Amino acid sequence: MTGETSALQLVLTGDPGLYAIVGLSLLVSLSAVLCAALIGVPFGALLALTRFPGRAGVIVVLNALMGLPPVVAGLAIYLLLSRSGPLGSLGLLFTPQAMIIAQTLLVTPIIAALTRQTVEDLWAEYRDELAALDVGPIGRVATLVWDARFSLVTALLAGFGRAAAEVGAIIIVGGNIDGFTRTMTTAIALETSKGDLPLAIGLGLVLIAIIILINALAWGARRAGERYAG
Amino acid sequence: MRAPLADLPVVLANATVVAGAVTILDRVSLTFAAGPPTVLIGPNGAGKTTLLRAAMGLTRLTQGEITWGGRADAPPTRRAILFQLPVMLRRSAAANIDYALGMTDVPRTQRIDELLALVGLQGLGRRPARRLSGGEQQRLALARALARDPAILFLDEPTASLDPAATKAIEDIIRAVAARGVKVVMSTHDLGQARRLGGDIVLLHRGRLIEHGPAKDFFDSPRSDETRKFIAAELLV
Amino acid sequence: MLTQFNRRLLIAAAIGGAIAAGAPALAQDKSIVVASTTSTQDSGLFEYLLPLVKAKTGITVKVISQGTGQALDTGRRGDADVVFVHAKSAEEKFLAEGQGVKRYPVMYNDFVLIGPKSDPAGIKGMKDVGKALTAIMDKKADFISRGDKSGTHVAELALWKASGIDIEAAKGPWYKSIGQGMGAALNTAGAGNAYVLSDRGTWIHYKNKDQLAVLVEGDKRMFNQYGVMLVNPEKHPTVKKDLGQAFIDYLISPEGQKAIANYKINGEQLFYPNAEDRGA
Repeated sequence: MTGETSALQLVLTGDPGLYAIVGLSLLVSLSAVLCAALIGVPFGALLALTRFPGRAGVIVVLNALMGLPPVVAGLAIYLLLSRSGPLGSLGLLFTPQAMIIAQTLLVTPIIAALTRQTVEDLWAEYRDELAALDVGPIGRVATLVWDARFSLVTALLAGFGRAAAEVGAIIIVGGNIDGFTRTMTTAIALETSKGDLPLAIGLGLVLIAIIILINALAWGARRAGERYAG
Repeated sequence: MRAPLADLPVVLANATVVAGAVTILDRVSLTFAAGPPTVLIGPNGAGKTTLLRAAMGLTRLTQGEITWGGRADAPPTRRAILFQLPVMLRRSAAANIDYALGMTDVPRTQRIDELLALVGLQGLGRRPARRLSGGEQQRLALARALARDPAILFLDEPTASLDPAATKAIEDIIRAVAARGVKVVMSTHDLGQARRLGGDIVLLHRGRLIEHGPAKDFFDSPRSDETRKFIAAELLV
Repeated sequence: MLTQFNRRLLIAAAIGGAIAAGAPALAQDKSIVVASTTSTQDSGLFEYLLPLVKAKTGITVKVISQGTGQALDTGRRGDADVVFVHAKSAEEKFLAEGQGVKRYPVMYNDFVLIGPKSDPAGIKGMKDVGKALTAIMDKKADFISRGDKSGTHVAELALWKASGIDIEAAKGPWYKSIGQGMGAALNTAGAGNAYVLSDRGTWIHYKNKDQLAVLVEGDKRMFNQYGVMLVNPEKHPTVKKDLGQAFIDYLISPEGQKAIANYKINGEQLFYPNAEDRGA
């Protein structure tokens, strides 16, 4: 991606560098959303169904963590994964895996907090029916998560939006290495610092287009699913 | 087959439920034994729903005791309840029944189709439950309750929001269910329905049991003034 | 229901697959991490040089571009195998701490004083950078400082000092420390009609010049030397010393030096190899 090129040219000519960057962006962000969902959905659902001292505090902290600054998350993971840090022996710093971990940290609170709200609302509706059916705690979580699945798509999309848009965390733990850990957002940051603003904004538009596409696919899937399952 | 009457009789002894300053159920003693349906009547706020929930085991008593087949801690495996506004799980009609089956150890093969047929919903199994009409949803909820193969079935105003045709459909199912030996306990505001379905009638008023007797005696020769007034007021409407 | 069970299995398999796909043998065998400066990255040198390194040595070089101070810290934490920076005093400190094995001079370019074409401080064409900086200070013309302990930032501070100015005492609202990379500093200067010190390589490669121009250049004190060091494997056992040294050896080999000299933008040479100058 050197010389006098525009983002449009890169898209139209199928520039392999651009496609690699787009692919890595999607791989990292979608993997992070997946990991965050595996953690955040059960956690949020459990939080919705349990009552314990300090629960309000946990909810407030969880909601606040939705605004966790990416650079702080990145720094925390950096210190954790650095060769001088506790998990340095894994050798994960400056790899896509490190970026997935950092974004998982960013996205999990979003998915958990939105899941908690959604499941708690549904719980109010289902409570009597599930009690009458003598459903145990694990069954309740599973039932509510499954029946809230279409609403939870929105939580996943919010998490994906966060992951796909952030640069602060992944540039620290990924290092923006050309061809290895460079994503759309870090490439945009780099082109901006090179003063190639037209390419930077062009890449930005490509990124926005991809995010819109993903959201459209999710919306379509949700609509189709609702039509099928009510 | 399991012992069909494991949860019977349901015995309420001085059942009292207090919420804050309000006594919702006031020292009610009542026995639901095998036999024709028991119908609860009484004005709004009489405590009918609370009585049904308490008998189901969903509402804790403030005082008094309930036993199911002689046990105070029987899990609700052989009893079921149909709420006034049943919640349709966000799944297909068949999956709603399957869900209730999954919570028991009833064999599932063919049971779904049988139950759908019993409530007249054959062929609608694949429909999303929330896309069914109000009457269909009520019947599906009934099928779901029956999926638990209950010895006793509680129904909270099962036809309150239904048109006459849908009401008749529900009543037919209730009769069929009762004929199979399931003890039905239901509340209603419809005295005609109470006459049509009730083996015995319970009148509640302000949380207290006013009168309990066989339907014929209850309507033809009521023993208390309140019962007479209630029947008269209802018949005047 | 069997179908539902199958669907769950499928979902589980998809999840497992996606996680596995997140780690597609990304651990390449012959690769090293080089912590370098924004100027080498933003000037485009690495994009040009790394394929040549790969072709010659088979080594995949992963460059983290940071300010010189941060790059040296990355080395200190053992997170890089090689550091390639441009602040001799900081590099010698790194060596003195035992963090590096040996410092090799690689190349130089020079710093240039950039400013708005309108030149409010009237420094255009000055041959003495000290006089130019004094003029900027006297006029309280806006000046953008990197402020990020980068090599350029260190060089800027040294130039103020060499001009007889105690910038810590003299700075005012006109002196803006932004704590960002070279490109960001140029963007900021361009947007605010301010002066800024840049390395020539980044400046030539910079695309958003607009109202900015080189106003002062050629003073010997604006000389910008790049050095490369292997991070000490005795302190950091994970350092890939053989591959790292092979990269360094290529940079200072005649072939590598020639390649550096050949990197040009619009016919303009950006870096001048000088590996044989042991004192550089």
